[in-house]
Amino acid sequence: MIPTATPSARPGPAPGRADDPLGLRARRRRTTLWLLGLGAGLVATVLVGVGAGAVGIDPATVARIVGHHLLGLPGTAAVDPTSDAIVWQVRLPRVVLAVLVGAGLAVCGVALQAMVRNVLADPYLLGINSGASTGAAAAILFGLGAGLGQHALPASAFLGAVAASALVLAVARSGGRLTSTRMLLAGVAVGYALSGLTSFLVFASGSAEGARSVMFWLLGSLGLAQWDAPLAVVAVVVILTVALLAVWGRGLDALAVGDETAHTLGVSPDRFRTLLLLVVSLCVAVLVAAAGSIGFVGLVVPHLARRAVGAGHVRVVPTAALMGAILLVWADVASRVLLQPQEIPIGIITSVVGAPFLLLLIRRLHATAA
Amino acid sequence: MITATGVSWAYAGRRVVDRVDLLARPGRVLGLIGPNGSGKTTLLRLLHGALRSPTGQVEVDGDPAASLGPREAARRLAVVVQESGGETALTVAEMVLLGRGPHLSTFQRLGADDHALALDCLRRVGADHLGARAFAGLSGGERQRVLIARALAQQATHLLLDEPTNHLDVRYQHEVLGLVRGLVEGPDPTAVVVVLHDLNLAARYCDDLVLLGDGAVVAAGPAGTVLDPAVLEPVYGIGIRRVEVDGQVHLLFQPTHQGAPA
Repeated sequence: MIPTATPSARPGPAPGRADDPLGLRARRRRTTLWLLGLGAGLVATVLVGVGAGAVGIDPATVARIVGHHLLGLPGTAAVDPTSDAIVWQVRLPRVVLAVLVGAGLAVCGVALQAMVRNVLADPYLLGINSGASTGAAAAILFGLGAGLGQHALPASAFLGAVAASALVLAVARSGGRLTSTRMLLAGVAVGYALSGLTSFLVFASGSAEGARSVMFWLLGSLGLAQWDAPLAVVAVVVILTVALLAVWGRGLDALAVGDETAHTLGVSPDRFRTLLLLVVSLCVAVLVAAAGSIGFVGLVVPHLARRAVGAGHVRVVPTAALMGAILLVWADVASRVLLQPQEIPIGIITSVVGAPFLLLLIRRLHATAA
Repeated sequence: MITATGVSWAYAGRRVVDRVDLLARPGRVLGLIGPNGSGKTTLLRLLHGALRSPTGQVEVDGDPAASLGPREAARRLAVVVQESGGETALTVAEMVLLGRGPHLSTFQRLGADDHALALDCLRRVGADHLGARAFAGLSGGERQRVLIARALAQQATHLLLDEPTNHLDVRYQHEVLGLVRGLVEGPDPTAVVVVLHDLNLAARYCDDLVLLGDGAVVAAGPAGTVLDPAVLEPVYGIGIRRVEVDGQVHLLFQPTHQGAPA
């Protein structure tokens, strides 16, 4: 006779052992290992990423230079000032921006996928990047905000993004309740309208050079990075967003199960979704203003993170942040190195790598569902 | 204790619940019965605050439900809704631990006692061997038991269930309701409100019944008196015979119109 309900007779995650019947300790160990591994991976990635480029600098030298500037460590006597300038002035701010943008996009993707309960949601679904593009196009083509000097582009992109998210929020909430479907529809509608407007601006300006800059910006670039106030703003916003989303992990879990379930667990779905939308919109607006539209990171990384540590958001959020950071630094290295001295827009790299990856993921998804 | 007085709800101008009064007492199972569209689920939603009645009011242990914050409400009322959450990638243990949310402050993490409680709740529903499994991979009966375990983990004094036996085969229907029945008879008296489709299940597992027809209360009282063919027939539009076997009420159904679709 075949035993009917022994857990081991069925597929699925390993059944709990006697000392850990819920599998929670095993999961916590696994998460700790992942976070430690990813943390070490991020440090290594930054050192190698800063060293890579037209002038190669070995990671040990990079570490010495960074250590000297950050912690006042001695030992840069042997380093020539050119390497020092390349590392500290040119490459490190760029890698730091990559880390922040990657982490930010990944956690915003996690939050959005929970909010709309759709694993294909990504941070650009809400039309935020289209708003930023419209703002950027206006700045590039018509000199909007020229008084701000070098900050004109990010500033107008940010304003465009904020305007777009405000519009999405207003449209989505106009019926009183903020459901996932309303949010998606409002985001898609606003997104299409604004990308139409951007195309119109490019077309109406008749400037080939301007169109090229807009195009380059639309495909994403970390080339604007330097040690300045905007980078500090990005850092603060990303760190706060990651922290908030990790703290709200249980709420995200409940919301991801369903609105009615969330309500019965003491999480008001409308209010929580509005709060999340505000946080995510602000974060994405800042990221898009700093680096343009970089696709697929916010879509793919949440899946990777869930695969690694399970679906609980308390664990997924920090994992996704680290994974996104590592991924984007490598994408940026590829964009700088592959066609030297030409720079490939980073959005092209993430799309070319991300799309096949997504297809693979969809196959897997069906395989496990069947 | 849940007391509803004169609660109503309308969808697109159509009254689906019309000035209903209801009392759910601790230590008793109250069943909400009635034909499709009679307003059972809407009434349950009014009771647990997913919908707020524009008329009358709902009181939970003497406090107006509208005055309770969402977390406080979730500490008093545990609800098993029909939304199954079958798409989620959470494990069974994580699903049950969601029930601890209302008891934790925003910055508080789950502790060892939460884990012990979750395991205990899974044991009470006979699902502790499922703890490490993916919730989405469970059968309908197993899911329902896990959702009840999550409700238990909320440590609420009221348990509301919306058609917990839907899509379950006969054995699991009885298993799930037997489980709910056992909770009421346990050490801490819980007040249970359950929406049921099946009148024979209502006969077996409910102490009191509220029969709804077109959103209004047609009959209310002890199960034995509500389950009267003379009361039920006009509401359901079907011939009903009541028999008692070993003191247990059973209802037999006979379509009244010849040639009516079965």
